[in-house]
This record gives sequence, C-alpha cells and structure tokens, in this order.
Amino acid sequence: MDYGFVFSSALGELFSPTTAAYALAALGLAVHFGYSGLLNFGQAGFMAVGAYGFAISTLTFGVPFFIGLLIAIICSVIFALILGIPTLRLRADYLAIVTIAAAEIVRYIVTTNQLTSVTGSANGLAAFEGGFYLLNPFPEGSYMGMNNRDFFIRVVGWSLVALCCVLVWLLMRSPWGRVLKGIREDENAVRSLGKNVYAYKMQALIIGGVLGALAGMIFTLPRGAVQPANYGTELTFFLWTCLLLGGMATVLGPVIGAMIFWVVLSLTQSFLYGLIESGAVTWLTTVQAGQLRYILVGVALMLLMIFRPQGVFGNKKELAFA
Amino acid sequence: MLVAFPAFIIAILLVLAPASQATSPAPSPSPSDQNFQNAISGFLRDDTRAPLAGVTITAKSGDFTGTAESSENGSWRIGVPVQGTYEVELDESTLPDGIKLADGQENPRTVTFSQTSNLSVIFAFGKGIVVQEQNFGQNLLNRLVAGLSFGLLLALAAVGLSLIFGTTGLTNFAHGEMVTLGAVLAFAFSSIGLPFWLAMILALVGGGLFGYAQDAGLWRPLRRRGTGLVPMMIVSIGLALAVRYVIQLFFGGATQQLPFAQSAEIQIGPVSISPNNLWSLLISAVVIGILGVVLLKTRLGKATRAVADNPALAAASGIDVDGVIRLVWIVGGVLASLGGILWAYYRPGVTFDMGSQILLLIFAGVTLGGLGTVFGALIGSVVVGIFVELTTVFGLAADLKYVGALVIMIVVLLFRPQGILGRRERVG
Repeated sequence: MDYGFVFSSALGELFSPTTAAYALAALGLAVHFGYSGLLNFGQAGFMAVGAYGFAISTLTFGVPFFIGLLIAIICSVIFALILGIPTLRLRADYLAIVTIAAAEIVRYIVTTNQLTSVTGSANGLAAFEGGFYLLNPFPEGSYMGMNNRDFFIRVVGWSLVALCCVLVWLLMRSPWGRVLKGIREDENAVRSLGKNVYAYKMQALIIGGVLGALAGMIFTLPRGAVQPANYGTELTFFLWTCLLLGGMATVLGPVIGAMIFWVVLSLTQSFLYGLIESGAVTWLTTVQAGQLRYILVGVALMLLMIFRPQGVFGNKKELAFA
Repeated sequence: MLVAFPAFIIAILLVLAPASQATSPAPSPSPSDQNFQNAISGFLRDDTRAPLAGVTITAKSGDFTGTAESSENGSWRIGVPVQGTYEVELDESTLPDGIKLADGQENPRTVTFSQTSNLSVIFAFGKGIVVQEQNFGQNLLNRLVAGLSFGLLLALAAVGLSLIFGTTGLTNFAHGEMVTLGAVLAFAFSSIGLPFWLAMILALVGGGLFGYAQDAGLWRPLRRRGTGLVPMMIVSIGLALAVRYVIQLFFGGATQQLPFAQSAEIQIGPVSISPNNLWSLLISAVVIGILGVVLLKTRLGKATRAVADNPALAAASGIDVDGVIRLVWIVGGVLASLGGILWAYYRPGVTFDMGSQILLLIFAGVTLGGLGTVFGALIGSVVVGIFVELTTVFGLAADLKYVGALVIMIVVLLFRPQGILGRRERVG
C-alpha cells in the first residue's frame, strides 16, 4: 500500500472545494439548528435551489455571473419563505418532515422529464461555469500542484467560508443573535418580552438557506455539472453529520466537522482499497467498500448523537435540545 | 448493548447474505442485465395467453441501446443505466408465424420511467384484435382501486410508525428500512428454495425480530438515559443510513423480483386489476381491520392507547409501559415487513432503497391523519395512496406523482396542522 498517496489524498480533501461547500452548508445548518433550534432536514433542497438557480439563469437566460449569483440567492430566499410560512409555527418534528419533503419536491421537479429543456432532467445541466472562470485573476501555471482553475475555486470557496464564518460570528454576538438563542432556549419567554418570534425564526431560516444556496454553487462549480441525484436526502444527512461532528452551536465547528468528515472518509476509503488490492481483504469488492462509507457515516451519526451530542468543539450547555 | 447494536444487525445480515447472493439471479431471464439498477420489462403472450419465446426487443435512448430476447415463458427484460425516456421497439420479423401485433399497438413506442426502477411495457398480439382504449371514467375507476391498494399498503407501515410515535414520541426515520427488510428477507428466503408461504412468514417474523432488536438494543437504553426526542430522531436517521447500506452491501444494487411478481390483469366488474394488487388490497384491509379490533376491544389494545395518551399515567395505573412499547415495536416491525412485501409486488421489484422511496409518503400519511393517531394514519395513508394514483389521471406527469402527495401534506399542515384526526393541543 502506498501510504504517501493515502495521506496526500486525505490532505487534498482537507481543502477541496467539496469540503468548502459542505462547511458552508453545515454552517447554514448551525444557524438553523444550533442557534435557532429549527430542525431543517432540507438543506440539500437549499443547495439544489442555489445550484439550479445559478445554472438555469446562466444557461437559459444567458445572464452574466454576478446576476446568476444574485438570482440563485433570491431563489433560496423565496424557497425559505415558502418553507417557513406554513411550518415555523409548528412543532420541531413537523418542521423536520416538511423540510425533508420540500427538498424532495425540489429534486423531483428538477428530475422530471416534463422540464427537460430547462433542467436537463436526470442528466442535469453542464457548461455553465465559464463566466466564473473568466473572473480568474491567476494566470495559467502550477499553484501548489494545482492548475489555475482548481486553485481559483479553492481560493474563492474558502474565502467565502471564512467570510461567512465571520458574518455568522458577528450576527450571533449581536442583540439579534441573543434573541435567536433565547428562542432556542425558551420560545415563550422571548415572546413574553414582546419579540416577534416568528419573524426572527424566518430571518434565521433565510440566512441559513442563503448559506446553503452558496454552498450548492461552490459544490457544483468545480464539477461543471449539476445533477439531481447529488441532492438527495443523503446529502442533508451528511451535512448533519458534519455539523454534529464539529459542534452545532459553534461557528468553526461545522467547518472543522466538514474537514474531519472528508478526511476520515478519504482515509478509510484509501485504506480499504489498498487492503483489497494487496489481497489482505478478500471478502469485499471495491464497490462494496464504497458502500461501507455510508454505513460508517450512519453509525458515526448514531454514536455521536448518543455519546457526544455537543460534538468535538461544542459546549454542552448550548445544546438545542435538553 | 448500545454499541453492540449496529454490529448485531450486521451479524444478522451476514448470516443471511451468502444464501441470497448465491442464488440471486433466479427470476430474471437475462443475467447480463444485472449490472443496471433499472429495467424495462414485460411478458409476451399471444391472444390465447400462450407465451411467445425468442422475440427480439430493443430499447434506445441517446447513445444507449439495449436488446433482449423473450424467454421460454415469454418474459423479457432490458437493463438500462438511468431512469428516463426510452424508445422501445419489438422486432416484428422475429415473431412466430401467424402472430402479429394487435391493431393500434404502437411500435416503436416511447416510454418513460415513473419513480420505480422497473417499467413494464405490454405488447398485445392477435389478428384483428383492437386494444380497447380506456375511456376516462374507466381509467379513473382503475386508478382509484389501485390507489386504494397502494394506500392500504402504505397504511400498514404508517400505522406502525404512528403507534411507535404515539407510545414513545419517536419520529422514526428508519421505518423505511423496516419496510425494505421485509421485502429483502422475503426474497432471500424464497431464493434459497423455501416454499412461498414459509418465506413470507419468515420474512414477517424477521421484521418483528428487527423491531424487537431495535427497541431492546437501542431505543429502550436511550429512553432509560432520558435522551430527548430530537436526538433520538437524529439517531434514527443514522440507523436508517447504516441499515440501508448494510442491506445494499449484501443485496446489491440490482432490482430483484419476488415469486409470481408478474401477472396479467383480470377484469372484475368494471374494474381491471392485477391479482397481486387485489390480494394486496384484501390482505392489508383484513390486517388493518384486525388491528383496529384489537386496539379498540381488547385489554392489550386499551393499554396501548393508554400509553399513547399519557405514559406516566398509564404506568401509575399499573400498565407495564415498557412491555407495551416492546409489543408496539414488534407489531410495527411485522406490519412494516408486510407492507414491504406488498410494496415489492405493487412496484414491482425488490431494491435496497425501496423503503426509503416511500418513507416520505408514509410520513405524509401519518402527518395528514395527525401524528400519533392510529386511525388517522390509516385514513391519511389511503388519501395519499389514492391521491398519488389519481393525479396521473388528471394529467400530472407520472414522474411527478409523489410531488402531489407531498404538496398536499404541506398544504394540510398550513390549514389544519394537527391533521385530520389529531387533537389541537398536540401541536406546540
């Protein structure tokens, strides 16, 4: 087994654009669940709305990059409003079911053959990233072993993560953030102080949703394609695992959580492949080893929730549930 | 005990796995298609119902072309890479002498997948036979009955989910995997050569055991620790992921068929329905009827409803709450397995993710009726089942039919958040 390769590919995952996208989306979940106590199981839907909003506005309407970005963000705000109006008054478990259903509705709609001309149905859309790479200030060449495009998307992705972390941090230590945490702890107490709980929850849902939409774009840009199969419920569950790994009511928790998530996945994957190729493991095929990662994530999610619900960095006093 | 639980599931499946793998390619005529998860299939029979063998059929979409030849019993199956729209053509020159397609049978024709990974295409044969175009009323009636059958099988799973929610407060996202397990076990047992009825009974027993094991190994210890409902819900998501992919690890990604999965439709009065659907309808109606009687008339049923109403009060009046919850998990597991087997016949096909495909519809049924109310879950599921089938009659694309049910759920929550039969104070 080539240990150098195993570790270098794991290290590559640490700063890959996908990890950045997961970190952003998990940060959105932290705003939803960690700070406001909103049980959003539809973050994959927000990511899909962001990715498709951008891709469709670029391909169908031919708008420039920044307009496409704006449209994607507006779409996610609208999605949050549609989602929030019926559900934010309901109990937590209803919200969970409705958000997961809404995310699936989005996925069904972009998969249907009726809209193939717009969404590309199951095959998805491609070749919409040109406008983004036109903004690339780096001339061609090698940057730490990457070409200028790969380097650019990493720089953009992680700058965005850093920017959003600072924003969320500032928001949560503002009076607005304190009200939000108050709602998480005791909704009625905050209501008795004359705050409009519903409006605060809606604002939190929108902010986390916009983070999700940005994550969807970062997720889809380096691939150069957006496909509905990537935005299933599993994606949401992975994001939850990232969030719970890091700690749900922290700013850096989701980011570190996403990094741990991808590094651990990459390490186990490479080790398993190595063991299979060297013949040490014969009872698994490489395809089955790929499925093992889902089992691993599922078991990790269970164990985390049972034994360390506050995550690696979290504070047990700040749990959104008693 | 807590940590041992996932290992326990894996151990169970390890025991079952070699058997199911060794004999898996049994029901399908062309083993080369096994690599694809999706398939277009059908039966070729002439007007006297005799099977037609050796007929070539082609499916095309973009660059992909798949070919199959019908087997001795007339069945054919073309594995396809993605669910989408295909052009299916029957090569008429390979038909036996004297047999030709009935008038008005489109060939080639364009077909589209609708959610399920298997798509059946029917070619009718015979001289001078005109295939009756279904009129709107008849179509409506057929879909209504099919929807009732689908709704009742959803209800089997939904009632179990609702009972579990009612007694423990847990929103169990792993319920879809309990549905899958029923069908997968039924397939595993029947493919190792057990008789049909024994395989089905063993699958139900397996489902009940899984329910029991879940409660004893995971949920009861968590309740003892005083774990909150939201963490338990997230644990159930982890469990769902783990179990789904453990099943895939051993079952594989392909679609398999239970025995007698393909059947021609029969005519009962004005309704045409496949015997499988009819059986499914009858079985689920009877089972739900029995469950209703048990819940309403027996001491045990009364105890269950008491626990659902107020566990502390039930315990104070001498009811063994843990015993009732254990029983609810076992019954829930058996019902989910039965639902899974019927769902495998309804689609038709067994896949590792078949349960998670209808999990949201089950939730929709439960939420529509009101979380925690058993009869609400029944009514909600039937509404969802009928609604899903009827929307296609009224012009909604087949691959969007689940969307209608989910939208209805959200709309109902907007206007009557406690559901059809729920009580107002249940919603916070």
